Amino acid sequence: MLTAFAILTDGLVYAAYLFMVAIGLTLIFGVMRILNVAHGSFYAFGAYGAATAVGIYTTLGLPDAMGFLLMVAAAMAVGVVLGLILERGLLRFAYGKDEVIVVLVTYAVFLMLEDVIVLIWGPGSYGAYQPMIAAGNTEVGDLVLSNYDIGLVLIAAALAALATWSLHFTRYGRILTAVIFDREIAAAFGINVTVVYTVTFIIGAALGALGGAVMAPKIAVTLGIGVEVIVLAFAVVAIGGMGSIEGALVGALIVGLCRAAAVHLVPQIELFVIYGVMALVLILRPHGLFVRAQPRKI
Amino acid sequence: MAAVAGALAPDWIVSLATIAFANALAVLGLVVMWRAGLISFGQALYYCVGAYAVALTGRWAGITDAFILVLLGGVASWLIAAIVGFLLARYREIFFAMLSLALSMILYGGLVKTESLGSTDGFSISTPTFAGYAPHSAAMLQLSLYWLTLLVCFLAALGVGAYFRSVAGSLAAPIRDNEIRVEFLGASVTRLIHVKVMIAGLLAGIGGALAALAIGHVDPNMAYWTTSGGFVFVTVLAGSSSVAAAFIGSLLFESLRSAAFDLMPGLWQITLGSVLLVTIMFLPEGLGSILVRLRRRSSAKPS
Amino acid sequence: MTDILVAENLEKTFGSLVAARDINVRVPAGQTVGVIGANGAGKTTFINMITGHLRPTRGRILFEGTDITGQPSRAITRLGIARSFQVAQIFPSLTAFENLCVACAVAHAPQGLFGPLLTPVQSPAVIAEAQAAIELFQIARYRDVPASVIPQGVRKLLDIAMAIAGSPRLLLLDEPTSGISIEEKFDLMTVVMSALKTRNITVLFVEHDMEIVERFSDRVLAFYDGTVIADGTPANTLADARVQELISGTKLKHKAAAHA
Repeated sequence: MLTAFAILTDGLVYAAYLFMVAIGLTLIFGVMRILNVAHGSFYAFGAYGAATAVGIYTTLGLPDAMGFLLMVAAAMAVGVVLGLILERGLLRFAYGKDEVIVVLVTYAVFLMLEDVIVLIWGPGSYGAYQPMIAAGNTEVGDLVLSNYDIGLVLIAAALAALATWSLHFTRYGRILTAVIFDREIAAAFGINVTVVYTVTFIIGAALGALGGAVMAPKIAVTLGIGVEVIVLAFAVVAIGGMGSIEGALVGALIVGLCRAAAVHLVPQIELFVIYGVMALVLILRPHGLFVRAQPRKI
Repeated sequence: MAAVAGALAPDWIVSLATIAFANALAVLGLVVMWRAGLISFGQALYYCVGAYAVALTGRWAGITDAFILVLLGGVASWLIAAIVGFLLARYREIFFAMLSLALSMILYGGLVKTESLGSTDGFSISTPTFAGYAPHSAAMLQLSLYWLTLLVCFLAALGVGAYFRSVAGSLAAPIRDNEIRVEFLGASVTRLIHVKVMIAGLLAGIGGALAALAIGHVDPNMAYWTTSGGFVFVTVLAGSSSVAAAFIGSLLFESLRSAAFDLMPGLWQITLGSVLLVTIMFLPEGLGSILVRLRRRSSAKPS
Repeated sequence: MTDILVAENLEKTFGSLVAARDINVRVPAGQTVGVIGANGAGKTTFINMITGHLRPTRGRILFEGTDITGQPSRAITRLGIARSFQVAQIFPSLTAFENLCVACAVAHAPQGLFGPLLTPVQSPAVIAEAQAAIELFQIARYRDVPASVIPQGVRKLLDIAMAIAGSPRLLLLDEPTSGISIEEKFDLMTVVMSALKTRNITVLFVEHDMEIVERFSDRVLAFYDGTVIADGTPANTLADARVQELISGTKLKHKAAAHA
């Protein structure tokens, strides 16, 4: 019983983390048809940015709650700036090329940004544990839950709700949905697709950075976190369907819970389970759970 | 010519060239698939299978003969490709890429968690012999491996060239252009792609086997997505127009990576990334297109 | 003599949409059949079922006496039925000649796993046949031009030339003159029909231009709302009141005089 509960809570926390990382990736793919490998860099920049911010406010002795907001804001700002530079400065020259070629462009960018991280922050490891420790713990029976983790789940849920609401109920959200559905027809209706692309990319970058920022207190912020996370994000997006926010949520939950179950019950298959589920979903529904295939007419 | 060059060059160049040419086999496999419009982000699966087949055969059966080991590595990876191909042949474009990625990561995950195989550290391979001949110096060992690799690459190049001239191979561009039309001509696209997956898997596995012998060590990183990414990188660099380009491109890549790492250790990824970007933007057909152009010009010259 | 093509009680539904129903047609060998009907009437569905692109929901199709219902396209091609497409389906990155070489090579390569692997594609036989097709369809001017820049009319000719590479005995042409300007339609059909006559092929062609149908077909099938509403000689079918009401419209007197 305790194990089941532990699996559930661990699963939800992992799912929250996966969702926050995956939502930016799936949004960028949905609107721009770009599978952005550099999304891992946004995550890494967010984490490093947050670690730096935490360092600053700890030295300044600011109150914890404000510190947390500062950390998140700093990370997202980093994401926005980086996203803007990448999209306007590099990516827009690759539009119109084959989908797979664009992926390779983002892969090249990812490689380059890995070095940029070292140039800015050096090869060492950073810690940003303060917010996590400051939040304290809650005891539920025999289980000790970190309040930070609970907060993480709530943030992810809030993000999911916000994303779904804004896509369906705000004007700009509906414009995005139109472009996701059919870029050409949206442009024919007068939607400025170029601006939509830039804005989407920036939002995606900010979300990726947010994912990195909120995870920073839980991990060792060091080289290679981007490399690990990007392939996990791919798995989630592939499972849920590329371009689908609901898909990212469900994909994150599936992967999170499966992984938690593996970790508690059969630890050897932890990594296997994530990619095994991805392979299984791709086999049964190649376009993911929430996206339908378009048949070709002759 | 390359064999003689190897005999004269210093050790570290021979070693670099051996790995480059071994990896070039994986790239050649990618070229075979790319001509039909398919890119795999998971060739590391077969590369790793080939490598571990060599390592495990050595460990469990005590075989050290390089020829046998490479052959076994190829057979093992070919078998995996044949099985996996039934599944993969039904996918295209980004889904083909992602499924192949997932499969390679499954192997990675499995290896990392397997204590008996050394998990993340992997384990080392005993020194190979060559049909009875056991090299008595490190330099001779290097050279022997190099010559073996050259031989295998030469055979592979011949085989792939013949494939490109066959009916099956020449259907690559048609498949990429218009699959349905290929079916209406009477050919089975699924079967054709399955064969391509098997060829690519076999080549990558042989490459992995050779690389394992050259490095003397195997570890799960050989199945990681960044290894696959490296192969794709070279494929873009080389392009799909010429078989030779795969080998030249791989040699260039390894040299570039080595040089960048030695001369500017903090900037080597920026260097590689920029090279990739420049190639994509300005030379989208890769080095192969330059080679083809040169060849055309030299054959058009009046005698 | 057996009919080369027999369709019995063919029906095709997509969920609640009935695309084709109660289709019963017998085509003797050597005939040239024109198929007319408004868009959505079921003509392309009919062709797609015969060529294996769609599986009929009910009924069966016999080719030279053998049941071919539900077989995949490539098997049907191998049996001797070929088709051309409304939008010419060619390989844009190859030249016209290369397109034909591929078509001929695949048609003649031995089947099975190793056949296509071991046969060279540009063998003398294939080259000769491809060249012959270029001349038969009079597209020599575009022989070495990449198919992506070939004009529309020539694309359609290339498409048809590729379709007959395997020497089919039944050929289905889906709107061979669609997308072609009025002045060029007759010329295109003349080239196509004379090429096909030399090969002794039974032809079914879908057309919207009634004058072309009149000129080139021995028999006309009229489709409406998923089924055949008239079947007979061009003169009779086009004079049929229902056909005139639903498909072709009435012939105006002075227009007939101008063409006389």
